[in-house]
Amino acid sequence: MRNICAGAITDAVKSLCIEACCRLPEPVVRQLERAKAQEAENSAARAVLSQLLENARLSREAMRPCCQDTGMAVVFLDIGMDVHIEGDVYAAVNAGVSRGYTEGYLRKSVLTPLTRVNTGDNTPAVTHIRLVPGDRVTITVAPKGFGSENMGKLFMLTPAAGREGVLQSIVETVVQAGACACPPMVVGVGIGGTMELACLTAKRQLLRPVGEPSADAEMAALEREALERINATGIGPMGLGGRTTALAVHAAQTPTHIAGLPVAVNLQCHACRHAERVL
Amino acid sequence: MAEYSLSVPLEKRAIELLRAGDTVYLTGTIYTARDAAHKRFETLLQGDKPLPVPPGACIYYAGPCPAAPGEVIGPCGPTTSKRMDSFTPAVIDYGVTGLIGKGPRSEAVRRALLGRAVYFAATGGAGMLIASCIRACEPVAFLDLGTEAVYRLTVERLPVIVAIDAAGGNLYDYEQNKTEEKQHG
Repeated sequence: MRNICAGAITDAVKSLCIEACCRLPEPVVRQLERAKAQEAENSAARAVLSQLLENARLSREAMRPCCQDTGMAVVFLDIGMDVHIEGDVYAAVNAGVSRGYTEGYLRKSVLTPLTRVNTGDNTPAVTHIRLVPGDRVTITVAPKGFGSENMGKLFMLTPAAGREGVLQSIVETVVQAGACACPPMVVGVGIGGTMELACLTAKRQLLRPVGEPSADAEMAALEREALERINATGIGPMGLGGRTTALAVHAAQTPTHIAGLPVAVNLQCHACRHAERVL
Repeated sequence: MAEYSLSVPLEKRAIELLRAGDTVYLTGTIYTARDAAHKRFETLLQGDKPLPVPPGACIYYAGPCPAAPGEVIGPCGPTTSKRMDSFTPAVIDYGVTGLIGKGPRSEAVRRALLGRAVYFAATGGAGMLIASCIRACEPVAFLDLGTEAVYRLTVERLPVIVAIDAAGGNLYDYEQNKTEEKQHG
């Protein structure tokens, strides 16, 4: 049994909040560059993609957020079964978020849903914990902006809808989101399970390196086909027209019930931010 | 599509001149206001009270990050405009002549703009790039709202695109964009 004190989790979460907000991951930058090359010269699409690349550079150099919506902090912990955490792990995560958002001058966007009173330090985080073999703790912080989060959807399809129904649900979600989700987007798709598992599966797909196909051949083919259909819509960067509406579709499946076919589509703007540390 | 460098607040001439798709670099004064501030605008206007922004002003739908030491303002990109749609016709009636945000607007907003105001799209997610165009930031009203307060911003060459013009032209017409894309091969 390995002991890890809760304070180490707080320190890691604090740093990861700042790092995730200020460093757009390299795979996203590469996909933006690829997309820019595919858009027509002098098009609004190309101008937008150039601005996003310049913005990412400025952000990285100054270590300041690439987007002012520094999101709600979604924190994933994979905790080894041979680890004993000294202290309250949820409190430790929230303390890290509070420190990261305050000391890092990040925007505090979290409030009570009906009275709309800001909690003041961007807590609580949305914390997802999984038990895994081993004696390590892997922490991933994924700040989620709500321009894109607002446009996600859950479909409880019938089995008859099948693969085509899944594809239509993905494309429909992206089209209805249009410019509101700040395209070019990354599209996370969770297929199967129950309502909540489909949503969590979709969210986890946003943590994958952008543009890397699924290891599941059936999912990889679905991702390719969905991306082609999405980019044929012509919505384009910021909804101003163009070939790049999404940078990638990331899908995963889990077994489901004989009566159902849940499909969750979690949209992510180009700021597909996440940072990871292993303790 | 044309490219202009214009001063804000917009002159009447500029409102008439601009067409959807034009690129514009704005220099002058704009005011931030997003969801919570618009809710208060609505209450003020219903009570026939003035808004904390002058008639003729340009409103920017944004809620910045706090300024770090040495910064004028933190990253400050646009938020989704459609959440302000229900408030906008009354704000235009009050005399606001420019709106900056991102994404499509309702038909009621498009009609409210006719002959009176222009809606610009800034690049969503380009918070740092936009902050680099902001020379001054002063709090104006509703400071209890934090990032959602009204701030007066002095901007220099803020890059925006005309999304809906005062003649009713609307850039967020995907079917039209698709047709044009095909024609261009």
